[in-house]
Amino acid sequence: MSGKMADVVVGKDKCGEQRLVSLPLSRIRVIMKSSPEVSSINQEALVLTAKATELFVQYLATYSYRHGSGKEKKVLTYSDLANTAEESETFQFLTDILPKKILASKYLKMLKEEKREEDEENDSDNESDHDEAES
Amino acid sequence: MAERPEDLNLPNAVITRIIKEALPDGVNISKEARSAISRAASVFVLYATSCANNFAMKGKRKTLNATDVLSAMEEMEFQRFVTPLKEALEAYRREQKGKKEASEQKKKDKDKDKKTDSEDQDKSRDEDNDEDEERLEEEEQNEEEEVDN
Repeated sequence: MSGKMADVVVGKDKCGEQRLVSLPLSRIRVIMKSSPEVSSINQEALVLTAKATELFVQYLATYSYRHGSGKEKKVLTYSDLANTAEESETFQFLTDILPKKILASKYLKMLKEEKREEDEENDSDNESDHDEAES
Repeated sequence: MAERPEDLNLPNAVITRIIKEALPDGVNISKEARSAISRAASVFVLYATSCANNFAMKGKRKTLNATDVLSAMEEMEFQRFVTPLKEALEAYRREQKGKKEASEQKKKDKDKDKKTDSEDQDKSRDEDNDEDEERLEEEEQNEEEEVDN
């Protein structure tokens, strides 16, 4: 029985009091250990990392909500997060995993327009009927 | 040791709760956004660990400690986390101290009788009989044989 960890893990106890950390330490530990050069992690470092991750989640959520277009709709959306990753220096390390998304149809349209501009520069034909989907 | 992909994720329920408690009342979060935040949290752990590890290595240590994590936060430009983390650390240390003292006290109580026994045996090494020892033995062994005088 992991008595020590269990106490620190529970989010709220029966009185509704905030416990130290809600995220499961065992899982945090697995993620930390997957980092190549890490040999061992002392218990305090584990607890602090878990706590820091919670603070991070709160910060990312509130920041994205405040700066996002979802404010009017009362909902936090993926694009709010992607915008944050792109626009905030602090969250820039997330750009790879939170890429901005555009509709596929929009992307195809963009491609078509680029192509049309190229063709117009090269003089001659109107190829507006010549659609191709490039994969 | 190969980790399955899901092992590197944090539990959805906990993540969702943390987000909801942080956002204003009545604000919802799309499923996609919640899953994105969860992934971001895992990446954060990796980034923080790698950063903290650099500090440990600088200090020629193989074990990550609390200071390494705090230094990592500053390095990653999350200084705003440092104060609450220090408070959490203090609270954690107090909690650990309390538990340690409680279990030590239990152990003391358990050992107290045994200890008194052996101490008395040392004192009365040259004597066959010792009043204290007798009394103690009588208390413990009410139903057993009497100590010879």
